Amino acid sequence: MSRIWSFLTATRGSGRLHWTDWVSYGYLVLGILLMFGPVVWLVLSSFKTQNELDRFPPRFLPYAQETMELPGFDEALPLFTVTEGEYAGEVVAQTRRAAGRAEIVLPVDPETRIRLQATQLEPIERIAFATENYTDLFERFNFLRFLWNSTFITVTATLLMLLVNSMAAFALSKYEFRGRTGVLLIVIGTLMIPQTVVLVPLFLIVTQMGMFNSLWGVIIPGAATPTGVFLLRQYMITIPDEILDAARMDKASEWKIFWRIIVPLSAPAIAVLAILAIMWRWNDFLWPLIVLTQSENFTLQLALNSFQGELQTDWTSLLAMTVLTLLPIAAVFMFLQKYIATGIASTGGK
Amino acid sequence: MLAILTPIMRIIEIPMLALQRLLGINRLAWVFLLPNLVLFGLFAFLPVFLNVVYAMTGSDNVLLVDRPFVGARNFGTLMDCSSYLDPNTCREDKFWRAVWNTGWFVTLQVGIMVGFSLLTAIILNRDIRARGFFRSVFFFPVLLSPVVVALIWKWILQREGLLNAFLDWTGIGGINWLVDAQWAFTWSVFISVWAHMGFYTLILLAGLQAIPRDVYEAATMDRASPWRTFRKITLPLLSPTMLVVLVLALIKGVQTFDEVYAFTGGGPGTATTFIIQYIYEEGFAGAPRLFGLAAAASLLVALVLVLLTLVQLWLNRRNVDG
Repeated sequence: MSRIWSFLTATRGSGRLHWTDWVSYGYLVLGILLMFGPVVWLVLSSFKTQNELDRFPPRFLPYAQETMELPGFDEALPLFTVTEGEYAGEVVAQTRRAAGRAEIVLPVDPETRIRLQATQLEPIERIAFATENYTDLFERFNFLRFLWNSTFITVTATLLMLLVNSMAAFALSKYEFRGRTGVLLIVIGTLMIPQTVVLVPLFLIVTQMGMFNSLWGVIIPGAATPTGVFLLRQYMITIPDEILDAARMDKASEWKIFWRIIVPLSAPAIAVLAILAIMWRWNDFLWPLIVLTQSENFTLQLALNSFQGELQTDWTSLLAMTVLTLLPIAAVFMFLQKYIATGIASTGGK
Repeated sequence: MLAILTPIMRIIEIPMLALQRLLGINRLAWVFLLPNLVLFGLFAFLPVFLNVVYAMTGSDNVLLVDRPFVGARNFGTLMDCSSYLDPNTCREDKFWRAVWNTGWFVTLQVGIMVGFSLLTAIILNRDIRARGFFRSVFFFPVLLSPVVVALIWKWILQREGLLNAFLDWTGIGGINWLVDAQWAFTWSVFISVWAHMGFYTLILLAGLQAIPRDVYEAATMDRASPWRTFRKITLPLLSPTMLVVLVLALIKGVQTFDEVYAFTGGGPGTATTFIIQYIYEEGFAGAPRLFGLAAAASLLVALVLVLLTLVQLWLNRRNVDG
């Protein structure tokens, strides 16, 4: 115990904890609660049955009532303990309940119906995860379709973006040609045109190209990004020209140099961009909302948003769907946390 | 993955080699640039010009040939106000409500967020254990999708949710948070800060770590108090990073839409309707679709964003030089 204590109270510097250290750790613990707490609550709630969700005040863990199959009854009956009266302490199964009165049977004698006050009964519960909330999603909704749409958009858009942006970055970092400064200025210029301010004309162009209500209408307009070009160019500049010259001596074509030398050597930068692109695309909302109006084309984000309007009270499905939507991002985060942090810090977000 | 890509790249090599023979190596650069430039042209520059055309034409047709020229009438509609301070006196009262909402939202959100980010970054920059872990604790909501953020908090704030259960328990009593205009606005600011502060914390932490240690050692030698050290050393040396963070936060704040739209739908009433939602609803969600008005409003937003982006670029350049 004392070793744990000394581990916790030791500082990286020397000496014991100053009061400011206590304040800092207090702040950080509060931070954990505030940042992780809501997500933990979401995940726990997603495993609760409808009955349990309706309960107020809510309980921390998901519980379900014990049930028992008895001869003569089609469905499993919920189990209770009787708290007072003649049958106090007995475990009983409830067959009906109405207006504060409950009809119960003893498991040993399912034939005899006994009437009791509902207040005399205490439900027998155990911790149980209602996994049917998740399996129902696949039966009740077109969930796989939304998952496929989101995955298709994310994967295709990321690959396309990496290819197009790395080609441009290669040209801008490894070739001397007239107009290079002009092109760089154009790329910087596009920084000033976020999608949010050109929604109307973008909608016209996409519609005219026949991509309205098509996944391609979401994928193509965002395929070229100024941040992507800059990030990759910055990295490619550091690749020595001698390598390219050596390859040219060996009669390698320019495309082969790009594909066989530049792309593999830029792998760290490409990886960072790939992670960022996956995040943007998976979480993208406004533009898909405009382009994809038919529900069979919905991405997970759109489906989630439209269901929260339709299923005002059906939180069981909604919570499970929310958890499934954040799962891929959580997985990416766990494994690639470090790259994401450096990537975002170096590009300034989008 | 590579197994699929290699044959594709081989196929692309054939026309590329032909082009290389035809153009020479240096002019081949344009071929490499072409896809990117075409996409920029079609989906960034062309829309900017078309936006102006839309803003100057009327009717609910999306095709430009069907849209009659109306000059500055759309801007006139937006600007028709007896008093800009009171949206009720405006012809497009919803636009002005959205403008004012966005203004308040950005002021509060950016102020609170940058303040907390700075505090968090300073604490994370101290000699603490498990810094990497704590850094990711504050960072991870940045990765959540806006809709997920909205639903997480809606679930906590619903009438019979966790927060109301807690308030009931303390005896304060629950509040129907998202039905009350002011609470809905307050919580919109809160979830937006919650979702994005990790990003700015990360940038500020990098800024703090770039301050050389010996400056602090010198301050300790001179027996400067921690507060004085903070004011005279940390703040001035961090101010370039602070400015970048402020401008970035402003650029993103003005464009706030997703999480608040999924969270409150802009309501109750128009209490949390922001400018991008106004554009979305005029142009795409309502009937008739008022593309001209949406485009005119977009141009006004674009103006603000261009100014902010120019400041950002100027700051970046200054930081690199200095």
